[in-house]
Amino acid sequence: MDLYSLLREIADSWGLLAFFTFFVGMAIWVFRPGSRALHDEAAQLAFNDDHAPPPAACANACPDCTCDHGASDRGQRNSK
Amino acid sequence: MDYLKITILALIALVAAMAANFAQDAAYMVHALIIMVVAAGLFFYTIRGMEEPVPTGYAAPTGYMDGPVRFGVIATAGWGVIGMLAGTFIAFQLAFPALNFDWGQPFTNFGRLRPLHTSAVIFAFGGNALIATSFYIVQRTSSARLWGGNLAWFVFWGYNLFIVLAATGYLLGSTQSKEYAEPEWYVDIWLTIVWVAYLAVFLGTIIKRREKHIYVANWFFLAFIVTVAMLHIVNNLSIPVSIWGSKSVQVFAGVQDAMTQWWYGHNAVGFFLTAGFLGMMYYFVPKQAGRPVYSYKLSIIHFWALIFLYIWAGPHHLHYTALPDWASTLGMVFSIVLWMPSWGGMINGLMTLEGAWDKIRTDPIIRMMVASLAFYGMSTFEGPMMSIRAVNSLSHYTDWTIGHVHSGALGWNGLITFAAIYFLTPKLWNRAQMHSMPAINLHFWLATVGIVLYAASMWVTGIMEGLMWREVDANGFLVNSFADTVEAKFPMYVVRGLGGVLYLSGALVMVWNMWMTIRAPQTAAIATPAE
Repeated sequence: MDLYSLLREIADSWGLLAFFTFFVGMAIWVFRPGSRALHDEAAQLAFNDDHAPPPAACANACPDCTCDHGASDRGQRNSK
Repeated sequence: MDYLKITILALIALVAAMAANFAQDAAYMVHALIIMVVAAGLFFYTIRGMEEPVPTGYAAPTGYMDGPVRFGVIATAGWGVIGMLAGTFIAFQLAFPALNFDWGQPFTNFGRLRPLHTSAVIFAFGGNALIATSFYIVQRTSSARLWGGNLAWFVFWGYNLFIVLAATGYLLGSTQSKEYAEPEWYVDIWLTIVWVAYLAVFLGTIIKRREKHIYVANWFFLAFIVTVAMLHIVNNLSIPVSIWGSKSVQVFAGVQDAMTQWWYGHNAVGFFLTAGFLGMMYYFVPKQAGRPVYSYKLSIIHFWALIFLYIWAGPHHLHYTALPDWASTLGMVFSIVLWMPSWGGMINGLMTLEGAWDKIRTDPIIRMMVASLAFYGMSTFEGPMMSIRAVNSLSHYTDWTIGHVHSGALGWNGLITFAAIYFLTPKLWNRAQMHSMPAINLHFWLATVGIVLYAASMWVTGIMEGLMWREVDANGFLVNSFADTVEAKFPMYVVRGLGGVLYLSGALVMVWNMWMTIRAPQTAAIATPAE
């Protein structure tokens, strides 16, 4: 069987089945019991920017720097 | 490290100078000179900063990395005006061919300005908006600073260099004649490098997030980045004729090439102009409305359904061609099925306003978002309908297609981007709100009336043109010549051009508003200091 026919066979049998199963499985998974709390939690992520500023990233970046919020992020030249 | 950097930059500048010398065509030479100047400039910039002592008390950057987002927002507005100006001009070129000025030939004819317009609005305006908003959103929803340090700056500048190379290339006649993928091989390679860096920054930020979940907007952005990488690479498989020239030859030929092109072309719409902008929608609409997304479950189903269906819809661009019937039927069926997730997403966005409907009246930014979602719904209904073979036999090759694209691009992509800019500008420059709220309202009406003029005139002229082309007399002869349709379309072309003028004026009002907001002295007391 040439490559084209082989791929064609796979596409409309096992490939189709695999995609369809994944999709149906996803839809069922979304509606599983207990998912509501998780989804509500995730939906709130849009609003957490004011509450949760990122941590000072300096712990690993350089040995002796002080953590200064609002420092310039215009470039990190010479931070060797 | 800096020594390695200047060595590489010097080599790039040298090779670019050689390339400019050996160049076989004008576009290649100009591009080599641009690259040479950029590399040399970076070379001197690096040397100037070398071996300077690290200032004492210099803190490692903390907080969100918003520099590239600020630049991105400004670039979005700037490229938007350029792209819309080009579009308005070529609209009038179609109505008044004398605007293809003799002195400007061949650089300013319709054929060269048209890809400049499409790329400027899709890739320059839309692309910068996507990069800026994705960088903004992924940091906020992951509570993490962008991964990769200055790599985010590389993504911004590298992407804009790609745009400059693409735009100058079109004017100088360098094109591989693939719609929305016109840039030639070396520009494609550069975009691939930039895109991989973009993926690394985005994915790196998601991986180091401090939240349990990956917010749904980030799923859409990630799908957009990954799929565009795949589409870009496959559709641009070509072999350059010479490494000192811009011309290249495609690896695929005939109908395979056509199918690859429209697999790319339709998914550029599906993943660039839809998935990416849905990422914006799923963040900015809840933010501006002050309420979480209506149904998070629906947003997950929306995501997977969109991803699974869009990728098959491309063949509807090739009805009645050498493409096998099964393939064009497949494309048609998937396009129609796609209607459902599209409307699911639209409903999800609109229903987010549930309990806050009064904001449509009081908040011009919300109004822009609602109009944007309405246009999204309208064009995702129109698209599946036009993909049906029988409808396509009337609509294809006519101005109806152009009208459809613009109701999606001006309505959905344009308005959601403007809304995002109005949301971001005060936030990024620490202002309470935009300088002028009435100006946002004016922008909304200019843009909406512009789109209505555009879409309505294109429906009329498109359907008229389609009917004239297929009209036969009693003996079976065609009634109209092509020139008859061109003549009949003239009034609609003028109306379309006026729609473009209105839409462009709206964008100029926005630029003025942004300028005033950014330049205005800070009055509002805000906790975090400005940069």
